[in-house]
Amino acid sequence: MKPAPDYLVLAPDVAGAGPTSAWGLLRLRQQLELGIPLTPRPYKTLAERTGLSEQDVMSAIRQWQERGLIKRLGLVIKHRTLGYTANAMVVWDVPDDQVQNLGRALARTSFITLCYQRPRRLPEWPYNLFCMIHGVDRQRVLSQLETLIADLGLEQIPHAVLFSTKAYRQRGGRYVSRD
Amino acid sequence: MRLDTTDRQLINLFQRDLPVCDRPYQAMSRQLGIAEEEVIERLQSLQDSQVLSRVGPVFEHSRAGASLLAAVAAPEEQIDLVAARINHAPGVNHNYAREHTYNLWFVMTAPDEDTLDERLDELEHQLRLPMLRLPMVESYHIDLAFDIDWESLP
Repeated sequence: MKPAPDYLVLAPDVAGAGPTSAWGLLRLRQQLELGIPLTPRPYKTLAERTGLSEQDVMSAIRQWQERGLIKRLGLVIKHRTLGYTANAMVVWDVPDDQVQNLGRALARTSFITLCYQRPRRLPEWPYNLFCMIHGVDRQRVLSQLETLIADLGLEQIPHAVLFSTKAYRQRGGRYVSRD
Repeated sequence: MRLDTTDRQLINLFQRDLPVCDRPYQAMSRQLGIAEEEVIERLQSLQDSQVLSRVGPVFEHSRAGASLLAAVAAPEEQIDLVAARINHAPGVNHNYAREHTYNLWFVMTAPDEDTLDERLDELEHQLRLPMLRLPMVESYHIDLAFDIDWESLP
């Protein structure tokens, strides 16, 4: 049997007097995927939309933060609108025994905003390490990349740079809410 | 898009750690030295101008449900059409054109792995294009809330 999904696993004390409704928590997850409302008492608004109490909503959010289900709570910015129009996905074909070290090194670089290991799909796709650079212009991103290659000694690691040319969609993940 | 000092401060201070209290926007307004209503109005206006996607939690996707990065090589003259079909599929939250033979890159999400696989199979069948499926093996750095370098922006 699969374990219960994270959003249903809450300590009994979250509910205060009685058990918190599982449906209420699911509705809260759905609402949160769409964002915190811009009302003076947003957690009360969420309570009204989910059938939970305002206290339950705040406790659930705090607990999801503590458990790492929510990794950050705050303003989610569309960088492209601000002028970060040079968005490069840089992919590397790293020997398996070096991928973790390189991944960690890349993640420590200030201008790298994401870094993941993914499987190769040979023969079409030889790259197993992915990182993202959000920059203001293409030339600057490319020169940052050159510096990075020199600093970390990556001249022998095959790589490709995939600039994005158009965003057809960019929004938060909707795991449990409807499209 | 140019923002004024207060909007910049709002973004600098609250990409993380939005207060969880009765009146979070009031708590924020005190830090900024403006009125609570002004915080709400500014957030609304940032949202209307597409600077702000939402105020929200960002979920840790490996724990929030299932998700996967996928790519297809669309014929260049059909790329908008293929992208629209991808957007039409359930659970797609990112979809970008990129400069490569694999020219469309998207992230699909679902409540669980089985549903995700079904959605991807269905989409692959509809598109009649082979799909690269690239699940995350390990994340070394995942948080997108980097500090905005205001001086470098156009």
